[in-house]
Amino acid sequence: MPRAASSIQSPPTPAGLSRDQLLEIYRYLHLTRTLEERLTALYRQSKVIGGLFRSLGQEGESVASAYALQRGRHKDFLSPLIRNLGSLLVMGAEPIQILRQYMAKDQSPTRGRELNVHFGDLERGYLGQISHLGDMVPVMAGITLTFKLRGEGRVGLVYVGDGATSTGAFHEGINFAAVQRCPLVVIGEYNHWAYSTPPEKQFAVKDLAEKVKGYGVPAVTVDGNDVIAVYEATRYAVDRARAGKGVHFIEVKTYRRKGHAEHDDQHYVPAAELEEWAKNDPVDRFVARLLEAGWAAEQDVKDIDDDVKDEIDRATDACVNEPLPPPESALDAVYAQPGRADRLWFRGV
Amino acid sequence: MAEITFLEALRQGLREEMVRDERVFILGEDVGAYGGAFKVTEGLFQQFGEGRVIDTPIAEAAIVGAAAGAAHMGMRPVAEMQFIDFISCAYDMLTNYVATARYRAGLPTPMVVRGPCGGYVRGGPFHSQNPEAAFLHTPGLKIVYPATARDAKGLIKSAIRDDDPVLYLEHKWLYRRIKEDISETDEILTPIGSARIAREGKHLSIITYGATVWKSLEAAEQLAAAGVEVEILDLRTLLPLDDAAIEATVKKTNKVLIVHEDTRTGGLAGEIAARINERVFEWLDGPIMRVTAHDVPLPYAPTLEDYVLPQTEDIVKAARWLAAY
Repeated sequence: MPRAASSIQSPPTPAGLSRDQLLEIYRYLHLTRTLEERLTALYRQSKVIGGLFRSLGQEGESVASAYALQRGRHKDFLSPLIRNLGSLLVMGAEPIQILRQYMAKDQSPTRGRELNVHFGDLERGYLGQISHLGDMVPVMAGITLTFKLRGEGRVGLVYVGDGATSTGAFHEGINFAAVQRCPLVVIGEYNHWAYSTPPEKQFAVKDLAEKVKGYGVPAVTVDGNDVIAVYEATRYAVDRARAGKGVHFIEVKTYRRKGHAEHDDQHYVPAAELEEWAKNDPVDRFVARLLEAGWAAEQDVKDIDDDVKDEIDRATDACVNEPLPPPESALDAVYAQPGRADRLWFRGV
Repeated sequence: MAEITFLEALRQGLREEMVRDERVFILGEDVGAYGGAFKVTEGLFQQFGEGRVIDTPIAEAAIVGAAAGAAHMGMRPVAEMQFIDFISCAYDMLTNYVATARYRAGLPTPMVVRGPCGGYVRGGPFHSQNPEAAFLHTPGLKIVYPATARDAKGLIKSAIRDDDPVLYLEHKWLYRRIKEDISETDEILTPIGSARIAREGKHLSIITYGATVWKSLEAAEQLAAAGVEVEILDLRTLLPLDDAAIEATVKKTNKVLIVHEDTRTGGLAGEIAARINERVFEWLDGPIMRVTAHDVPLPYAPTLEDYVLPQTEDIVKAARWLAAY
């Protein structure tokens, strides 16, 4: 029996995204959140060596902005911040790499030298941040300057938090990129908290976009918890940058629903505000839209959820008992040549 | 062969590397059509165009950060600090981002940051600095500091070809004062990490670099007339230090005077003295002594600057004292 026409005709999808792409976006959203929940469990078991940084409430803008890039070997390039795990996963970072980083395993991408999402992959197109906020903006200016000089048609994307827009590096970097017309998209994350500091103690303007317009950079403000809106805004900026029209700034209004890191109990955050933003969850909103518009069925979502759980289970099992790096490897690869630092005399006495 | 200045030798090295390797490009303030504050890059903009010699905003952190990003992408940037004094504005970017990139994340960052340093030119506190000590304890960086025109060319070429970030310090007092016969076709590649005996001697060793190599050579002439034969080791590379060359000269003369233009406290001389003490203590016939700038910001008036900085006669007196020890 042929199926009824109504069930094979998909409803029109938004922003030029296919149904498969919408489901893929959902998968990254759910993967990000589930991976962080797994990391929280590992943190409580003291398997995570350092701090744990959650992006709860910010997964939407991280995933949607990265999804607007061309991905693959030597395509577009981004530099994530601590709350952009979702963007890393979109660019091809594997959950097992994140788990190994947090647990400081020898097989982690940085061989136990750096923490959490501070790692990169030049081929897949991402560069880990350093802890000095704002510094990645000049670095990404240089990366996208190179794309321009070589005429490669590649685009770069860099995230900066509301607090980091106070740094000199941010202003130097965005001005440099604007003057050079670098193909760079800057995502300004207005998540309301820089550690415990609210925006009104960080800057005297209402929107981050206002700060940027003075550099001759077009700047828009979007609802950071609306996945489709962030994707559309970023896609526009990426296309514009690729066409040689220079830097574009997108301010995403969102909310950091956990503390700065797991140790931070957020006592400074008004409870009512947290509740309000919990009702405005980007993943819940996206799922509701998928289902209401008929782009996906409940079973599609459940299948993805099961698949993600399975992937994270397998990744955790594969690496949780791996060894830490051998101590003397700490001296390797300080330089290309000669690479190894001297072992000091008192270790040989 | 043609006689060219230290500055021309440096420019020759830059030009040769830009011809040889299209990944090499220059960025900095006023480096383009103007040719740089001291004219180091003069003519390069006209020869290579605005895609290879890039004028930037006055933003040292952005200059160094952008150079790092380009280096990750396979380019070979040479970033100019208009005066090296302004490198402090990029200190975070160099020490936290650039120097750690290979170690923490396996990122290749082949780049050069270069600029005019040093005093004896009445430049005052912000156009005379020697910043090497601020970067010396930064694993991941290399620091070179040529004293001769030949090494000015040879070290810029080696620095550009090096796979790690190199800080190249060029003493502005040497720019037009030092001249040597160097041919355009001379492929000079001074190895990084290798010191040079600038003068052979047997009674004591002066370990030095930069402008004070020449002050020490002047002093050595006067000392020779008084029967003191001084050996002068020109370090050329400050990071990594050429420990073998330092040990060899200590074993030969058994007395060491370390001379540098930078201020005393926390300066390179202290590090060299500590290494000699650890490695060749038994070979010493006297205390390791230092001749350095006094521990003050560098003042402008000639009377003040001359008093603060180490002069040839200071080196002569110190060497006589040590020779008689």
